[in-house]
Amino acid sequence: MKEIRIHGRGGQGSVTAAEIIAVAGFEDKKYSQAFPAFGVERRGAPVMAFVRIADQPIRVRSQIYNPDYVLVQDVTLLDVVDVAAGLKPDGKIIINTDRPKEKLKLKTEAQVVTIDATKIAMEILGRPIVNTIMLGAFCGATGQVSLESMNAAVSERFKGELGRKNLAAIKEAYERVSHA
Amino acid sequence: MRKVVEGSYAIAQAVKCCDPDIISAYPITPQTHIVENLSQMVADGELKAEFITVDSEFSALSALVGSSAMGARSYSSTTSQGLALMYEVLYNVSGLRMPIVMTVANRAMGAPLNIWNDQQDSIGARDCGWIQLYAENVQEAMDLTPQAYKLAEDPDILTPVMVCMDGFILTHVYEPVEFLDHDKVKQFLPPFKPKITLDPAHPVTIGAFADPSTFTEYRYLQQDAQNKALGKIDTIAKEFKETFGRYYGGLIDTYRMEGADAAIVTLGSVIGTIKDALDEMWAEGKKVGLVKVRSYRPFPVKALRDSLKDVSSIAVIEKDVSIGNEAGLTTDLKAAFYNTGMKTPIIGFTAGLGGRDITLKDIKKAGDKALAAAKGPEAEFEFLTLRKEIL
Repeated sequence: MKEIRIHGRGGQGSVTAAEIIAVAGFEDKKYSQAFPAFGVERRGAPVMAFVRIADQPIRVRSQIYNPDYVLVQDVTLLDVVDVAAGLKPDGKIIINTDRPKEKLKLKTEAQVVTIDATKIAMEILGRPIVNTIMLGAFCGATGQVSLESMNAAVSERFKGELGRKNLAAIKEAYERVSHA
Repeated sequence: MRKVVEGSYAIAQAVKCCDPDIISAYPITPQTHIVENLSQMVADGELKAEFITVDSEFSALSALVGSSAMGARSYSSTTSQGLALMYEVLYNVSGLRMPIVMTVANRAMGAPLNIWNDQQDSIGARDCGWIQLYAENVQEAMDLTPQAYKLAEDPDILTPVMVCMDGFILTHVYEPVEFLDHDKVKQFLPPFKPKITLDPAHPVTIGAFADPSTFTEYRYLQQDAQNKALGKIDTIAKEFKETFGRYYGGLIDTYRMEGADAAIVTLGSVIGTIKDALDEMWAEGKKVGLVKVRSYRPFPVKALRDSLKDVSSIAVIEKDVSIGNEAGLTTDLKAAFYNTGMKTPIIGFTAGLGGRDITLKDIKKAGDKALAAAKGPEAEFEFLTLRKEIL
């Protein structure tokens, strides 16, 4: 079983990202489970969402304390939340930032992957909403969900022109991270 | 069709397949998505039901008293303070023998204000005459919905049913579920045809005054119907299996009880986490099993005695507390043993109150205490994950 924790701020689509990973994992013929760290929704406040993907039915329902992968949608969270808490040493943390990873001073032995998702979002979507771009980066960096399934899951959620733009953004993020 | 959807949407789909005539509900977190989805289905013409919007939960269930008396299959859903606001009507519905089904998206009772999950709301309503069934996962909550109608509408039962599912943990999770097939549900659940309905052409009185010469007998008949439900719950679960292929046990289910030294008894969505924790405990040589209570009312006294007769000690984990005593399931289980001569130590834990996460570590701690209790309980009742440092 692989466990994923997503950090973001209210309004950045962290819960949606978790749901899309669960749908994509299912498309890959695996079992999946996604849920938010249920809070009173407030725009801008730190939020978390969780995903599990496994080859067997998933029974455990506690929150995720030792993730294999962490996604951070907003680099300013590093000042207020220990985003790498409990991250497995052989895991990966993917952060949306324009800063080089050495400057992030993350307390983790895990591999740090950075991507300037906000820049890609502004170029392709015209809005600083990065959740689908982080999904592309997740596919590229971890291989835990196939790009085809991720595209299918995103297309199910976002239709028409918005869906096409999101697929382009995912492809861009996937390629940047895969070639890094 | 198998799909990953939100728990609340899955429940709305299951309710739709039961062809309710009338739905009346007042939105309240974390039940809201269930009734929003149903309201949308009605508005889209997907579901041929009338959705009565109301000013409160009291009105929601009161409206269903009227519709059920007319012979309409009636549905509602609520949680927490909403269920509390229905309290007076809960007794009216069960006393009038109305087979209403209601999904309770379990949530803590305020104050302090808290929107998160525990089971204080429905456990606190255990004496209201409703049947209470508890689901472990979204699929079970879905599958219980047509089973609940079949049970409630059985002429020998005619008792309302609460299908209890943990708020947020099950209502807001995305996980794979098998959707119910509408035609198959139609075969499984025949149309609701009560013998007596309100009909201007054939006037009757429903809800007449009962003086001391008859009131006791009305209560006895309710008790008798719940006793009969003890048998029907498993029969219906097996009929469901024949049609849909899924079965979760009848009144109770067990896990790793074969050769277990101690047992954990619980209800609701924490069961999945417990199963994973028990696998780890067995790998460490600690033989702790699980008894899952599916039906809390009627309380499955005999099934629990039989399933627990071979263990040396028992821990109950539940998400409620009877402030001033212990907690509902703990007390009920002890009472079930008393006249049998079974002297197995039973210890109770309240956990997961107001959304406090229950981890594998917490379960293993309770399991260790259960094993140790074979030598006599250290404490009768404990708060399992108490943060002593902030008291």
